[in-house]
Amino acid sequence: MSDFDWSVIARSWSFLAEGMALSALLVAVATAGGLVFGFGLALMRRSRYAVIAALATAYVTVMRTVPLILVLFWFYFLVPLVIGRPVGSLASALIAFVLFEAAFYCEIVRSAIASVRPGQTEAALATGLRPSQVMRHIVMPQGLRAMTPLLLNQIIIVFQDTSLVYVVALRDFMTTASVVASRDGRPTEMYTLVAVVYLAICFSLSKVVERYGKGQRQ
Amino acid sequence: MIVLENVQTSYGRTQVLRGCTATIKLGEVVVVCGPSGSGKSTLIKCINGLVPIDHGTITVDGVPVADKRTDLPKLRTRIGMVFQNFELYPHMTALQNVSLAQIHVLKRSRAEADARSEHLLTRVGLSSKLASRPEQLSGGQQQRVSIARALAMDPKAMLFDEPTSALDPEMVNEVLEVMQALALDGMTMMVVTHEMGFAKRVAERVLFMDGGEILEDVPKAQFFAAPSTERARQFLDKVLSH
Repeated sequence: MSDFDWSVIARSWSFLAEGMALSALLVAVATAGGLVFGFGLALMRRSRYAVIAALATAYVTVMRTVPLILVLFWFYFLVPLVIGRPVGSLASALIAFVLFEAAFYCEIVRSAIASVRPGQTEAALATGLRPSQVMRHIVMPQGLRAMTPLLLNQIIIVFQDTSLVYVVALRDFMTTASVVASRDGRPTEMYTLVAVVYLAICFSLSKVVERYGKGQRQ
Repeated sequence: MIVLENVQTSYGRTQVLRGCTATIKLGEVVVVCGPSGSGKSTLIKCINGLVPIDHGTITVDGVPVADKRTDLPKLRTRIGMVFQNFELYPHMTALQNVSLAQIHVLKRSRAEADARSEHLLTRVGLSSKLASRPEQLSGGQQQRVSIARALAMDPKAMLFDEPTSALDPEMVNEVLEVMQALALDGMTMMVVTHEMGFAKRVAERVLFMDGGEILEDVPKAQFFAAPSTERARQFLDKVLSH
């Protein structure tokens, strides 16, 4: 045990913090962008025009069946080919995350909308509210409550997935830790740190989910 | 006020309405009754366009409901509707439930809308429940809030879809009393209900439906004394025997 040197963490602190900042940025952008785009996809899937619904369904199916790492590669290598200039690792990773997570958020939003009784929509329409107003004032506020636990779960998954960005030469928290681990020859310390940090963040988030679930039932 | 001509509609392949024709005049109270599955609810949901029709025409106050050029949301403000399961918005207080459409459809200010809501909630006997959420109210109270919500749009007619069917027996009367008061005020009303007592007291006419058709359209006295169809007789025997 005397062989451990935990001071490596303190020494590389600012480098690790940069990695954590990138992870946080990816989670924030993937969640915000993914939710907006996912909401649009959910509305498309509910469209009465079969073609629009089919397009959205196809998109969601493709994104949900391919691995994220493949989507990251696609955007890193394909987008520059298409637009004729490089887009950079960060931009391509952000785009990939948003487009990938949108498929999952779409399904979360869709199940939230479906969880609101159709009678609520009928009653709101009957007072003369327009469909967009019904969505905004009646369906979404109720759907949001139903989808909050699923949303937090998805955020945990996104956070774990951010470690994949090393494939496009970005340094998230996991990657910075692994750089330090090999540079200083301290893999045990660094990977223990990574495990503890992931555990702490994901565990506390899942506690929030649990709490929220209890609050709902009361 | 409301004119239905040969109205037909179907859910998928099942035809629910097979050519219904009826006229409801201004200020008239009409009770629609019949066995379950006879198309009563569907009929009144066609009137405000919640259920689209396949054939025939419906006009409300001279406006054709099924016409693509009709501004359906605008038309719906003229027809209040009350549902079997109340359908109050659970994330809002009673007052907010009644004010919402006034603010977003009629473009009243919040203060103006809330004042009107308070007046209406007082009228249905709920002045002490303005800040209550639906879950804190009994079924009868919820249904009275939903009547106030419909009245808040100053409708010219009211549609009731089995307004007391989901209520515990002791709460039925408080809702019927509000409806009766509304009828006395001269509101045009179309009421789907199994409450034959209400029909006898308040209705002018009774529409009896079965199998998606209006089999009888007669003054109430005639309906209860001498229904002309066998099916109406059987129905009355069943609902009046207890």
